[in-house]
Amino acid sequence: MSKFKTRLKVKMKDGKVNVKAIMSHPMETGRRKDKKTGEKIPEHYINEVIVTANDKMVLTSEWRSGVSKNPYLSVNYAGKSGDKVKISWKDNKGNTGEAEKTVK
Amino acid sequence: MKRRTFLKGSLAAGATVSSGLLASNMAFAESAAADTKAAGADPYAATSVEDALKALGITAEDSDKITVNAPDLAENAAVVPVEITTTLEGAEEIIVMISKNPTVLVAKFKFGESADHGVKCRFKVGKSGDVVAVVKAGDKYYTAKKAVKVTKGGCGG
Repeated sequence: MSKFKTRLKVKMKDGKVNVKAIMSHPMETGRRKDKKTGEKIPEHYINEVIVTANDKMVLTSEWRSGVSKNPYLSVNYAGKSGDKVKISWKDNKGNTGEAEKTVK
Repeated sequence: MKRRTFLKGSLAAGATVSSGLLASNMAFAESAAADTKAAGADPYAATSVEDALKALGITAEDSDKITVNAPDLAENAAVVPVEITTTLEGAEEIIVMISKNPTVLVAKFKFGESADHGVKCRFKVGKSGDVVAVVKAGDKYYTAKKAVKVTKGGCGG
């Protein structure tokens, strides 16, 4: 958990809640080589991301390594101030991360 | 003298390593393509948009109610910002494919009831090609795409 930071921002915008998140993650494709050893760097990517507001599902997504390094995600939903927004993710090596914010 | 032989040796080694990798990559692509032809194949292993759609078991028709917003010319191919929105009634899922990537299917987004039907995310685009969005609305699938050009130099085209 520690080396994967998850940053989350939530704010009201035009009557909707805008959820923005950046996850620190290498998102290795399994096709890149280590420059020193010439060995392939194994696949390592986030494969599941879930956004909830007050424990209700806003967005679930399945990813593969085609998503950029340190993935960014933005989604809007019909919500209100005081909502508890939570994002959680899992990667293919079993690491997880999450962040929670309250809408102002 | 020693340094020279060393250099030569490492150069030769480098060449064999890279050609070996290339061969294995190609073999992988071929086997993946063969796999997707079989029913129930993993759509994530598909190497073309058609194969991915086939593996997912869906047919999609073109729609102008989907907007794929991506730069015409990617400044950094590893980080291409893409925004996909749709005004289709009852849209519940967006599938994103990058047509020229080694594996085309990169992401699936499923919306909850309260969510707007749109997402912004960043993807890797290996070669100039299309960003394809497939939207599921009700029992039907709709698609739209946007061409993204990738330059190697990074100094624009």
